[in-house]
Amino acid sequence: MSLHIQDLRATLEDGTEILKGVTLDIPKGEVHAIMGPNGSGKSTLSKVIAGHEGYVVTGGSVTLDDEEIFGMSIDERSRAGIFLAFQYPSEVPGVSNANFIRAALQARLPQGEEIDAVAYYKKLYAKMDLLEMDRKFTGRAVNEGFSGGEKKRNEILQMMMLEPKYCILDETDSGLDIDALKIVAKGVNAMRSRDRGMLLITHYQRLLDYIKPDHVHVMAEGRIVRSGGPELALELEKHGYDFLKEAALA
Amino acid sequence: MSYEDATALLDEETHDAINVDRTKGDFTFPERHKFDAGYGLSSKTIDYICDVKGEPQWVREFRHKALEVFESKPMPTNWATKDLDNIKFDEIRYYLSDGEKPKRSWDEVPPEVLETFERLGIPEQERAFLAGVEAQYDSEAAYSNMKEELTKQGVVFVNSTEGLKEYEEIFRPWFGKVIPTGDNKFSALNSAVFSGGSFIYVPKGVKLKQPLQAYFRINSENFGQFERTLIIADEGAELMYMEGCTAPKFETATLHSAVVELVALKGAKIQYVTVQNWSSNVFNLVTKRGLAMEDAEVRWIDCNIGSRLTMKYPGVIMKGRRARGEVISIALANTGQHQDTGAKMIHAADETTSNIVSKSISVGEGRATYRGQVHIPKHLKGCKNNTECDALLINSHSRTDTYPAITVKGNRHATQHEASVSQVSEEMLFYMQQRGISEGAAMSLAVNGFINDLVREFPMEYSVELKRLIDLEMEGSVG
Repeated sequence: MSLHIQDLRATLEDGTEILKGVTLDIPKGEVHAIMGPNGSGKSTLSKVIAGHEGYVVTGGSVTLDDEEIFGMSIDERSRAGIFLAFQYPSEVPGVSNANFIRAALQARLPQGEEIDAVAYYKKLYAKMDLLEMDRKFTGRAVNEGFSGGEKKRNEILQMMMLEPKYCILDETDSGLDIDALKIVAKGVNAMRSRDRGMLLITHYQRLLDYIKPDHVHVMAEGRIVRSGGPELALELEKHGYDFLKEAALA
Repeated sequence: MSYEDATALLDEETHDAINVDRTKGDFTFPERHKFDAGYGLSSKTIDYICDVKGEPQWVREFRHKALEVFESKPMPTNWATKDLDNIKFDEIRYYLSDGEKPKRSWDEVPPEVLETFERLGIPEQERAFLAGVEAQYDSEAAYSNMKEELTKQGVVFVNSTEGLKEYEEIFRPWFGKVIPTGDNKFSALNSAVFSGGSFIYVPKGVKLKQPLQAYFRINSENFGQFERTLIIADEGAELMYMEGCTAPKFETATLHSAVVELVALKGAKIQYVTVQNWSSNVFNLVTKRGLAMEDAEVRWIDCNIGSRLTMKYPGVIMKGRRARGEVISIALANTGQHQDTGAKMIHAADETTSNIVSKSISVGEGRATYRGQVHIPKHLKGCKNNTECDALLINSHSRTDTYPAITVKGNRHATQHEASVSQVSEEMLFYMQQRGISEGAAMSLAVNGFINDLVREFPMEYSVELKRLIDLEMEGSVG
């Protein structure tokens, strides 16, 4: 059981190739991290898996527990169990957080079934407490006027409420101060489970001080160029991404 | 708990009572009209209507004069859409009824009419939260009833025919005063052939706790519905009036042209709430205006969904000192629809205050137009106006236009005007869909979010219904 990415190739609408054959297997129970310089295709990988329409898949496949996902719409993929924590979460003016998350949960229920409002709020408040979020936050419009840290916490809150099978966190650490980073990491660590696979996309080692990955991959120019254990992240931290260029030349 | 949370927890009973699926508005029953004025409009049509209704001579004269005004006025296509020229006045029937008086009990209403209103959820709503209901079917009310305690308090809630006959001494002095026959071509048309609509009088100091509701239903093809409503709130009185409308989808265009006049005497408050959901071939050309005397308040809360063309600019004439006028409007224009709406605020006394908040949503090829008119003359002082109009566009074919006209003379007034145009972006939709919400539901959420602050102004029962209507409209618009 895994989120399996096989030789994935994708271009922008203008034909520029961004992903040039990515293969990666994220089994349930494991946390993988992808590191790499800006422009290496990390964020594109997450968007292509989620089904963003700005990219054209030109080859390869992605399967979720052996089920091919490229025939599915964006929302079907989400309901099948893929969650993407956005680097830049959108604002949804006028729609309260509580209503937004409830709509997402409601979408997962069979027709005619309704969310139990009392149980819903109980769970929501519990997760918010864990993420140290103020109760007023339920009535605020989704991401509208949120600070960078609030937006990222909100992504983790949604993830905790939706309980996806596979979580992809795109640059979740960017724009966070150390206290906010610790809270976000607490949320992510609470989500670690034998039944869940995670993919952390990050530019910096910093996040990995708080969320220990099982595997680290390095991405450059649309490919995974190295894979290893957590020590690989420390190596990158020490030497920077320059060694990749040497590796690429070699 | 926030408003959002509270509405989410609306108790089931209330929810069921208002859980009317408006797609069910698209049905019709065979016509069984005893009285049919036939096609086209002439002085004979008017005599026919007067005879059937047994109206006094003054009304007959009023109608004949109005017909002359209607015929003499050109179509306002110099400023409004040319689509108006597609109304074929000769192919419309101006009066259709079964000749029955409105019933005080649903049990006495003819079966197909009862079924119509049951499918629209009216009797349930009446039981749940209304003080009184009038249900109009084509030209006449089929049902009209009000809680007994209100009758005892001297509240009058009848149809316009009964109003002008039985309550002439209150009706006649105000009738056609807020909106004169010649105000525009369609107010003249209504004045010539009006039938149905409500006459309401709330005596001094009486404050209605629950709304009165009228429901206007068109059942027949090639038909024009011309209800006429006059509401008078005496000094210190308060009421909320709610109207809903539907019609089936016919092959040919249907005309709905109402005139609604509100009179709020000293210190009175009138709130007039409209949630209309016309099918997409109805020409909906309505004139609505209120008169607010000293310390009185008139609020129009107006939601326009559906129709081929709606032209409606509710207005308030603030004639007494410290009078207040407000128009809160939501318009949703889907493909094939043009919502041409707005507001008129006429300040005619010192220290009067008006507020206009208009939000329009254009989807697909839908077109939304805002026209505003705010008039503050030079000799007054201390008047205030606030105007906000916001437009939301969903996909690139949509069109929106704003024509605000704010005439403020003198320098002793305060006005402000804000306008914005925004879009539901691809990234916003992607974000919502990534959470598992379907494209249609995501658009509904975005639209509901856009109008959220206005929906709060609706009574809770109607705000839930409004959200449902928008959901239906948005689900249907996803290609």
